[in-house]
Amino acid sequence: MTVSLDRAADITAAARSALGTVQDPELAEPLTDLGFVSRCSVSPDGEATVRLRLPTYFCAPNFAFLMVADAHDAVAAVPGVRRVDVRLEDHFSAEAINRGVAQRSGFAASFTGEATDELDELRANFLRKAVLAGTDRVCRAMVSAGADPQRLVEHRLGDAPEGTDKERLRERRRELDLPCDDDTPLLVDPESGAAVGADHSKMYLARARLTRTGQEANAGMCRGMLQARYPQTPQEE
Amino acid sequence: MYEKAGEKYFVVDSHMHFWNAGPANRVPGREDLAKGWIECFHAYQSLGPPETHWSIEKFQEYTEADLMRDVFEDGHVDVAIFQPTDLKYWYTNGFNTTEQNAELKEKYPDKFILNTNFDPRDGAEGLRPFEERVKRYGSKGVKLYTAEWRDGSRGWTLKDPMAWRYLEKCEELGVTNVHVHKGPTIWPLDKDAFDVADVDHAATRFQGLNFIVEHVGLPRIEDFCYMATQEPNVYAGLSVVTGAEMYSRPRFFSKVMGELLYWVGEDKMTFGSDYAIWEPKWQIEGLVDWDYPDETFSDYPRLGTEGKKKILGLNAAKLYDIDVPQDCRLKEEAASQDDAVLVEQT
Repeated sequence: MTVSLDRAADITAAARSALGTVQDPELAEPLTDLGFVSRCSVSPDGEATVRLRLPTYFCAPNFAFLMVADAHDAVAAVPGVRRVDVRLEDHFSAEAINRGVAQRSGFAASFTGEATDELDELRANFLRKAVLAGTDRVCRAMVSAGADPQRLVEHRLGDAPEGTDKERLRERRRELDLPCDDDTPLLVDPESGAAVGADHSKMYLARARLTRTGQEANAGMCRGMLQARYPQTPQEE
Repeated sequence: MYEKAGEKYFVVDSHMHFWNAGPANRVPGREDLAKGWIECFHAYQSLGPPETHWSIEKFQEYTEADLMRDVFEDGHVDVAIFQPTDLKYWYTNGFNTTEQNAELKEKYPDKFILNTNFDPRDGAEGLRPFEERVKRYGSKGVKLYTAEWRDGSRGWTLKDPMAWRYLEKCEELGVTNVHVHKGPTIWPLDKDAFDVADVDHAATRFQGLNFIVEHVGLPRIEDFCYMATQEPNVYAGLSVVTGAEMYSRPRFFSKVMGELLYWVGEDKMTFGSDYAIWEPKWQIEGLVDWDYPDETFSDYPRLGTEGKKKILGLNAAKLYDIDVPQDCRLKEEAASQDDAVLVEQT
């Protein structure tokens, strides 16, 4: 069944928003913000066409696979979308990745004999890093607002200033089954979810800061590379 | 040598290349891989200042004259260390082999230090040719590229028992500097290929070797720093750190430098331009001028002139036993040298 052109435009807009919820697992930023989505449209008969691109021909295929699979799932869940054709372009493993996602096979099945393990652990590992990096963001805002850095360990998640950073951190904690309510500790071990002890807080905060540095430095590098490869990419602010 | 504000900096470029990625050197049927590879490198160059960007044609096959001018005449470098990368899977005669680099070393013996490489997938029978290369070129270091493709294998790890055989050989031959590429997210298929844990194991086991982690494991700099802070023989190789970040994102460059100074320290950081991805000149000048942009970086250690001298050349000079001119040494080292001379004379 087909829908009106106006309705198709609405569904396209919803599909784009859905792609905004998909993150680069390593950079913890939405594909749409990174400039990785080169096309997203939905036809009147509910066929979604999504094209993704990456900063280099050799970007690691495990991350690429995660992003293509997540993009497929996000767009497929949009009401009015009946079929999704999502493809990665200009990449050395594009064929294997696109085929694997289209057939819903896992990463290892797409790279027979090459990849040794599935990507769930990789994803969890990067989520844990996103928790650490997100904790640094929230803590810095609190210190700027007058909190004593020595006493952050005594705070609850609910004490952090309202805003996107706090909600993103809560979401990452939820995805890892870590405590994420307002009355849970602000500083938690990303592996176990246990509260960080006062004697470990200095090291914990140093690690959180470092993890954020790695993430952000890399995101900038990826944007720069994408800009060089596809000069029409919107500039980073 | 670079001089600024009355200070003299002895410069060792501890990570650079002389490659050939031209169309004539591409394995038939794998041209896309060869092309994709060099285009990827070329995109990295765009993160440097615009006036230093080259055309892809020049970038694929720059000349000896380009290198000598960019690195030594304009680039302030005193000694440059070749770090070979074979990539014979898609470059017929290799991308940047020890043999290619040796041609320049033979012509300019005082300018270059020639490292070689090994691949444990060569097995026990590769040990002898490795030893021959080390002896022929006088190598004191190796460059290890654990993500090298070969006949269906997409990489190897330093945890491999055969890799340990080669590291034992390194100890035996006095090849004390092991440069391991752990860098940006290109190409390995599984996470092990750019996980730094294998360096951790090897560094613990081989205390007599120094492990210089090139590109500091970016983007997984946190994994690298946790490891390096615990291992006295692990160094931070700044290649890519300065090239990719210093010009394009100065604030983030400052953060990365701050983290490295905090976790690793100025005694264990070594400058590398990664030429020809980036020319050394602007990186060296930028490092000498560098300071944190503002007070928001106050929780990081400072880097003074002495520290910059160490990073730009003196640390690598120690690792490679390079003689540093008297007027480029650190004040206390120069002073202790004078004392030694006095003692000998009395």
